[in-house]
Amino acid sequence: MIRVPPALIAAALGLGLWQGVVWLAAPPPFILPSPARVAHVGWENRSLLIEHAGVTLSEVLLGLSLGIVIGALAAIMLARSERLGSVIMPMLVLTQAVPVFALAPILTLWAGYGMVSKVLMAALIIFFPVLSAFHDGLTRMPPGLSDLSTVMNARPAQALLRLRIPHALPSLAVGVKMAFVYAPIGAVIGEWVGASRGLGYLMLLANGRAKTDLMFACLAVLAISTVALYRLASWCLDRLVWEDG
Amino acid sequence: MSTAPAITICGHHAVAGRALFAPVALRIGAGEWTCLLGPSGIGKTTLMRLVAGLACAGRFVGEIATSDGKPVSGRASFMAQTDLLLPWLSVLENAVLGARLRGEAPDLPRARALLCRIGLGAHLQARPRALSGGMRQRVALARTLLEDRPIAFLDEPFSALDAQTRAAMQELAAESLAGKTVLLVTHDPAEAVRLGHQIVVLTAAGAHLYPVPPARTPRDAFAPDCVAAQAGLMAILRGQR
Repeated sequence: MIRVPPALIAAALGLGLWQGVVWLAAPPPFILPSPARVAHVGWENRSLLIEHAGVTLSEVLLGLSLGIVIGALAAIMLARSERLGSVIMPMLVLTQAVPVFALAPILTLWAGYGMVSKVLMAALIIFFPVLSAFHDGLTRMPPGLSDLSTVMNARPAQALLRLRIPHALPSLAVGVKMAFVYAPIGAVIGEWVGASRGLGYLMLLANGRAKTDLMFACLAVLAISTVALYRLASWCLDRLVWEDG
Repeated sequence: MSTAPAITICGHHAVAGRALFAPVALRIGAGEWTCLLGPSGIGKTTLMRLVAGLACAGRFVGEIATSDGKPVSGRASFMAQTDLLLPWLSVLENAVLGARLRGEAPDLPRARALLCRIGLGAHLQARPRALSGGMRQRVALARTLLEDRPIAFLDEPFSALDAQTRAAMQELAAESLAGKTVLLVTHDPAEAVRLGHQIVVLTAAGAHLYPVPPARTPRDAFAPDCVAAQAGLMAILRGQR
């Protein structure tokens, strides 16, 4: 018997429900197009969708690289000095209370309508999850390992490199996986505020012209590529990072 | 490697204003195994951590001194109840962790030879999780021995092992740590009787020496005088409840 992945079953059920609602309630297509219609429009506009998805994807990947590197380095810096960490961490938590959506116009003002403001937006949105997951791992050393490194007269730099960082890598992996889910949100918010390319831009354009089917197609492309990216990242990370037990 | 010093500890320790144990005056003999025995929660591990210079809750008032006047720090190795092996390193790399953490070049041929001698030659590149509990604790012992330091602190290192593995590990440790100043924390009278040149019973009334059988260590736990000593120790421990 062939085993069907549960995620596929859930997706099929969702699409079936959606198609059923369209058949029964028969809303006008500009309110709720049927999944079949969305698929059709998506296929007709495939080159347009691919072009804009490519832009968004590059923004997402650049934002991910930037956000992960900065988040991880910041986590190491904060973990090295307990005092610095106790001063900076609450401030960082406070910055998370500011909705990133509110920062998008400012970023666009500073960095322009091009790719840079979207990359920054994506990096900004993932910076904190990466930092906090990694910082958590770095500061939660098993007490036995700290004892061992004390008795062995470890140099602080070596203890960081050989004990704390490797020990915290599974925590960093958790943060990075989250980042792969959040980064596309950042890029699309950036595109909504001001852009001439990208899936977010195309969605606004389609929305403005009541092309609801194209908007749904954009959304589908965004969702599918985000899930694909996340699965790829999880697959790689699970092979790269040591496992407990 | 310098010669193994004796360590004296004299004082009392309080956690949050309450005395953990009565004032103790205790001498850990040079080049000998001192077994620190007591019921759980009495502060055996705290006493060991104080001597080892490890962080512990509470405040110690008194003096800890070595016979040669040099500090304990930098001359000790440490083995705990859990093996503390790093899951991302091979057996060989785990064994030479001390040198790596100090930024020194490890003596890999010596580490390989030692691991082979204690029966881990076929597992040098294995990850710890591929090993049994007894093998993992042998790697931890190898890591302790490779430190080649005159003082060793052992915090119930054999208590998580099954009976026959424990007996084999006790013999291996007794042989390989001979001549070092060893402080072994244990809750097992049989272990103390097998391995101690000196047995210290820590109770709420303080630390008291208990006479050890005359045979060389590791002793036969079932020899009549060892069985009698175990019974005597057990009576003291149970009297504490």
